[in-house]
Amino acid sequence: MSAIDIAAAVRTGNRSAVDVLDEHLNRIDERESEIHAFNLVLAEEARVQAEAIDAKVAAGEDPGPLAGVPVALKDNMCTRGIPTTCSSKILEGWIPPYDATVVTRLADAGAVFVGKTNLDEFAMGSSTENSAFGATHNPLDITRVPGGSSGGSAASVAAGFAALGIGSDTGGSVRQPAAFCGVVGMKPTYGAVSRYGLIAFASSLDQIGPFAADVADAATLFDVIAGHDPLDTTSIVDFIPSATASLDLGVEGLRVGVVQELSGGVGSVQGISPDVIARTRVAVEALAAAGAVVDEVSVPSAPLGLSAYYLVAPAEASSNLARYDGVRFGLRVDADTTGEMNTATRTAGFGEEVKRRIMLGTYALSAGYYDAFYGKALKVRTMMLDDFASVYQKFDVLITPTAPTTAFPLGERSADPMTMYVNDVCTIPSNLVGHPGISVPFGVGDDGLPVGVQVLAPATHDAQTFRVGAVLEAAAKEEVTS
Amino acid sequence: MTDLRESLLPEGWELVVGLEVHVELATTTKLFCGCANRFSSDPNTNVCPVCVGLPGSLPVMNAKAVDFAMRLGRALGCDVKPSVMARKNYFYPDMAKDYQTTQYDQPTSTDGELVLGDGVAIGIERAHIEEDAGKTTHVGGGGRINDAEYSLVDYNRAGVPLVEVVSRPDIRTIDHAKAYVSELRGILLALEVSDAKMEEGSMRVDANVSIRPVGSDELRTRCEIKNINSIRSLGRAIEYEALRHVDLYDSGEAPRQETRHWDEAGGRSTAGRSKEDADDYRYFQEPDLVPLRPSVEDVAAIDAAMPVLPKARRARLSEVSTMSADVIATIVERSQDGLALAAIDAGADADKVLTRIQNDLAVDDWSLVSVESLAGLISMETAGELTATQTKQVLARLVEEGGDPEKIAAQLGFEAMAVNELEGLIDQLIADNPDEWTRFAGGDDGDRKKMQGFFTGQIMKATRGQADGRAVAEILGRRASD
Repeated sequence: MSAIDIAAAVRTGNRSAVDVLDEHLNRIDERESEIHAFNLVLAEEARVQAEAIDAKVAAGEDPGPLAGVPVALKDNMCTRGIPTTCSSKILEGWIPPYDATVVTRLADAGAVFVGKTNLDEFAMGSSTENSAFGATHNPLDITRVPGGSSGGSAASVAAGFAALGIGSDTGGSVRQPAAFCGVVGMKPTYGAVSRYGLIAFASSLDQIGPFAADVADAATLFDVIAGHDPLDTTSIVDFIPSATASLDLGVEGLRVGVVQELSGGVGSVQGISPDVIARTRVAVEALAAAGAVVDEVSVPSAPLGLSAYYLVAPAEASSNLARYDGVRFGLRVDADTTGEMNTATRTAGFGEEVKRRIMLGTYALSAGYYDAFYGKALKVRTMMLDDFASVYQKFDVLITPTAPTTAFPLGERSADPMTMYVNDVCTIPSNLVGHPGISVPFGVGDDGLPVGVQVLAPATHDAQTFRVGAVLEAAAKEEVTS
Repeated sequence: MTDLRESLLPEGWELVVGLEVHVELATTTKLFCGCANRFSSDPNTNVCPVCVGLPGSLPVMNAKAVDFAMRLGRALGCDVKPSVMARKNYFYPDMAKDYQTTQYDQPTSTDGELVLGDGVAIGIERAHIEEDAGKTTHVGGGGRINDAEYSLVDYNRAGVPLVEVVSRPDIRTIDHAKAYVSELRGILLALEVSDAKMEEGSMRVDANVSIRPVGSDELRTRCEIKNINSIRSLGRAIEYEALRHVDLYDSGEAPRQETRHWDEAGGRSTAGRSKEDADDYRYFQEPDLVPLRPSVEDVAAIDAAMPVLPKARRARLSEVSTMSADVIATIVERSQDGLALAAIDAGADADKVLTRIQNDLAVDDWSLVSVESLAGLISMETAGELTATQTKQVLARLVEEGGDPEKIAAQLGFEAMAVNELEGLIDQLIADNPDEWTRFAGGDDGDRKKMQGFFTGQIMKATRGQADGRAVAEILGRRASD
């Protein structure tokens, strides 16, 4: 049952929110032990929420557009009174005294939070293996990773633990796990969704995004969470066009560009699997068949994104993660002096990948190295903005694969950070320029696992990604049935 | 003004001082959150997720603080241009996020000057916005961070808005250093952007001190002196430091660039952190805040609303009176020039008004002294209706209760004594004391002085002190030359 159908049934009293919740909790009971999507299942809290929604319906009130819809929340979003861990030991014992804006918006819309989902520690990773609490497994093949860093939320939706999921996407952390788990995942325009209460990884790149089983559900979720928040200065003040309103517009006459550097075309980055490229080509043909005007396009700076990202993101992270010092909250490892306590706490509390990135970022910002590293990465960012701006004069949307491969086996890449980092090559550019992107499942690769196709659009044209995504989704369905 | 080059430093040396002044802005709330800008409260009561740096919290810029900072910038003749916030990264327990949000390479205000009372202009390099830190108390052990038994942190001050005003190293004398601080204080009070109390820490002065051979334009190694709590301390600290440098150079050594801590009681400074092993602050643009972009109109509006600054206010008082620069400076410093000018406008004698204010209105609160009452009082004094002593007494009553000076004079029994009445009394006294009169009118200077005392005493006795001493002297003089 889709989120839209659940909300409709609950709002009209045809189904109780408690009944919906039980159905999802049962699935969690059945499979959570092998998947490990959650850091914390909120069975009791969710029941209280569901009962309140049923009471509202009984009283003739409208609980909102997500009435009774079970939502899985990535465990890097603050929930008042409920532990929020970022899958890190360093936040051990910390209970936020406030809700993230996205949590408030969802609760106000009638959503029911079934749990806090696993992630790569502080959202640093592409496989959800870098969690202090153990890896999450892909529900479609439990020997494979679910992608990351929002692997827990993607797996929750794929396994039917929740109708909707919330993730955060700094370099592809919503879109790539969506692709690996065969669900829809979307990264909004930077500033479309408030970051207040999202525990920062890289502030200028982080953006909260929706997971759903289909494009219409994802659009519904997007419409609920998007909008200006005075608590986040970087959130967009202007009206964000409705995603749900654009779902049925089709792609007739829409100008679609295939980014050759990210799709196996001329000058393409290496390492994109032939089966993934093939599926992307089929998707492009489907859009052409639906009336879109399709052409190849070059975004020359796109391949530089990966290098720029691994300077900008760690640099910001090195500063954002400084506050985990053992003084005010979370883990404290005692020592003789304050400085030694800071060091002991951070040494014990952070995992290897987090330490690696803090060191990378500290180095990139250091006096004498700033210009060669961080400064240069900022120049690449500007260059990419210019490149995309000129491309979008000729095209409405762009197409790339979401990830270079389908879901890979657990443990396969954890020994070599570089092969892990390459996972995000197709998704990173939109974070660096702040543009929206969606990943829609489009058939399977040679291994039978889902392939995601990515639709990119200019800033604030989030609705456009859903519009094209809906056409791709329909084409993929038709392909299966025909 | 005394000149340090002559009075303190041995022949051939010149003092070079630059001042960094931290000013707490008198906003209602903190720089990035809604907490009260008040830190005399119980520890950690004016705090929230933002100013304690809890994970997920985000800063929101206080528009009033920006306005105050721009006002100060314009008052100092600075260019006020678009600016950005930056992060200054360092670990310290009272710096909640372990970075300070400040401004670095694009500050709000640059390139101004502060013109001192004697016309000397001190360059202003920049005036930038930043947040204050909390307050750490190290308990037990040696009382410092690395040897205390434990430390307590109060975050009430964390996030209080500051402007740091950085002068160029243009100051050559101690008197100019002091004048700079007191002039800056006057400007802050005139702008109503800070209460600028050095002793309470709402205005904190650090002095960068070096010396050089007279005639040279080199900048030698400087030391930064902190913990200066008054204008007097500033003078002592600079003097101590300059002489220390002389001693070092004389003995063939050179100062090390370092931060030094002024000990007011001991009259000396002690070495703190050496700048050679200073932290690398890894500045980068604050991604959680958008750039500040004041429009040309915003700056024009600030200029249009600019209050009259101390320099111009002193000039006004000089134009209407013959009082000394010191008296005028004192009155402007006390913000009593408005009252003085209004009383003068209302017809009171300018010099008398300024004299009375300077001598007899050195109080914290003179709000009950209205322009009319002051003008009326001074006019009564000028007309000889009140003696100097009586005028002071009436003024003291006005400060406490306000009211009408004539009525107060009457209540106090200071009935106006007409000049002809006084003349009659004096004539009677002359007739009654012919010997004394002869000694007064015909004697030598000594006799005349002695007898003037005798007659004045008699008159005062007869009038119970209500006669005007000067009027008595004048009448006696007139009678003697008749």
